[in-house]
Amino acid sequence: MDDLNAEEKQLIEWLADMDEEQALARANKMLLEDGVNPIRVLDICRAAMDIVGKRFEDGEYFLPELVLAGEMLDTIGAVAKPLIKQGDGEAAAKLGKVLIGTVHGDLHDIGKNIVTFMLDINGFEVKDIGVDVPVETFIEEINAFQPDIVGLSGFLTLAFDSMKETIAAFGEAGIRSKFKVMIGGGQIDETVRAYTGADAFGVNAVEAVSLSKSWMGVAA
Amino acid sequence: MAGAQDNGFLPLALRPEEGSAARPAFDARWQRLMDCVEGRMPDRMPVALYATFWLARYGGVSCKDLMYDYEKTKGLAERATLELDPDITSGGMVAANIYGRSLEVMDFKQLQWPGHGVGDNQPYQYLDREYMLGDEYDEFLFDPTGFYLRKYLPRIGGAFEGFAEMPCLPGMHYFRLVAGLRGFANPKVRQAFENLFKVAEEVDRMTGHNIDFSNRITALGYPRDVGGNTVSPYDFVADYFRGARGMMTDLFRKKDKLLALLDKARIFLTKLTIDNARAAGHPIVMIPIHWAPDAFMSEKQFKEFYWPTFRQMMVDMIDAGIIPMPLWEADCTKRLEIIADIPKNKAIYWFERTDLAKAHEVLGDTVCLRGNLSPSMLTTGTPDDVDAAVRHLVEKVFNKGGRLLLDAAFGLPDETPVENARAMFAAARKYAG
Repeated sequence: MDDLNAEEKQLIEWLADMDEEQALARANKMLLEDGVNPIRVLDICRAAMDIVGKRFEDGEYFLPELVLAGEMLDTIGAVAKPLIKQGDGEAAAKLGKVLIGTVHGDLHDIGKNIVTFMLDINGFEVKDIGVDVPVETFIEEINAFQPDIVGLSGFLTLAFDSMKETIAAFGEAGIRSKFKVMIGGGQIDETVRAYTGADAFGVNAVEAVSLSKSWMGVAA
Repeated sequence: MAGAQDNGFLPLALRPEEGSAARPAFDARWQRLMDCVEGRMPDRMPVALYATFWLARYGGVSCKDLMYDYEKTKGLAERATLELDPDITSGGMVAANIYGRSLEVMDFKQLQWPGHGVGDNQPYQYLDREYMLGDEYDEFLFDPTGFYLRKYLPRIGGAFEGFAEMPCLPGMHYFRLVAGLRGFANPKVRQAFENLFKVAEEVDRMTGHNIDFSNRITALGYPRDVGGNTVSPYDFVADYFRGARGMMTDLFRKKDKLLALLDKARIFLTKLTIDNARAAGHPIVMIPIHWAPDAFMSEKQFKEFYWPTFRQMMVDMIDAGIIPMPLWEADCTKRLEIIADIPKNKAIYWFERTDLAKAHEVLGDTVCLRGNLSPSMLTTGTPDDVDAAVRHLVEKVFNKGGRLLLDAAFGLPDETPVENARAMFAAARKYAG
């Protein structure tokens, strides 16, 4: 965004610097008192999230900043979205569709949620189908959502076999070639990738974004 | 013989009887570990057996069996110890498994376990939730016991819901105290107390089985790795009270209150840990470390929120004769220089994914290391892969003067083929005595 006024630049800075109190007050003022187009406010938030994502990639920010940034974005979004009227403009086109879920037998979701957030702020349309997802549910959701990429998450070692079964079932259902599969979670490494038949693995949310961008032909 | 007692450590209460056939082997095994702790190279590299639900695979039983059938679990843990013949075995093979009946009587809410949210052949899993709300810091800080009784226990145990209506004692005095006790006649409060006694009776039975296993395994000549466990102040608040999301946002929103609670938690966690270690008669205390990994917070956050209270807790434990054994989960490479600031030859650092060769470089003169065969290799690899991985650790750590207690990254993963477990112990003997 290159046409920002001083107030908008300040909002970006506060959001990027984790100054929640001032950022939310300013966003609320813009939306509720100044009548700023809500789409523009959300675009400003997205610009701030780009900075947050960059600082995460650079090793300056870690999970706590991503979680707080996500909560600030949700809070502003909850105020802004009901104010959007027809003609306010369109959201930016998405880079691609990612379906993500934690494989069956595993109830962990912290890592999956962070990956979902990072993909979302990096321009992907993400559908998160939750934890302990049975193989059949993955296939139903994939058929309905038609993703470009499927992300399988798992924290426990039992997830190795669940991932392998899930990916094998994609093959049996004849849909394996329609999307890329990436896996991630506490114990995932190249050994597990090879074992499960996934296309790639990532050790953190930045790698999930880089992989997704490279598969969609976007510069990472 | 020389050992823990000579170095100010808590004495090991449980040993085979003097003159018994098992005593020399037991003493040699324990000495091997204590040599590693106290900065001497042992006569050979000790190897540890630690497992939880792997025993289900090993014994051809379900995870539910391990949690509910006390005798079966003790039998399998004993059989695995005798077959794999480690230097150090683990009471946790029984103690961490046999909670089923106690959890059921308590209607425990923080875990899903076989028959209660997960299948009979799945391990239990912790539910990350907000068990203390963000606006309850002051209440917990002011009166931890009152908070436990009226807020925490009712949230984590269905059997304890009635405690939510229990009278608040501080402030009661004279006739007001007498009159205030009427609140204990409340049928819900009374029921909660009756439930508490039922839970306590089951936990007492369970503990009896843990003690029985310790006695049996000791009589066979195998020392246990720890007498108990504890948590760091940060993990205590993050995992069991605020939940991941609450804790991470509290770093920004409630910094001062969080720091105050971490310091208060340090004091009562340290006291509890020392009391428990003395009662257990074992100097080593395991401390699973959840929120310290490189990816979870910045160095600045680690130095501000995690390390100061945890370091102080470990130093106080050491002063009380305890050997802290933190299990640094995930990759903690960036923390190595910081966590090296601990009294020399008084602790065991167990690493899950941190490269042990790197850990040896930084910490080799300070602590005994434990770990860390990869879970993916152990579960999906072959016995030859396991052999090569053990050899790698022997060459890169033990043979370079590293005082290493060989183990898997977090004990044997549940899915480890039995032949891979056998290969781990055989390779330890083959390459390091």
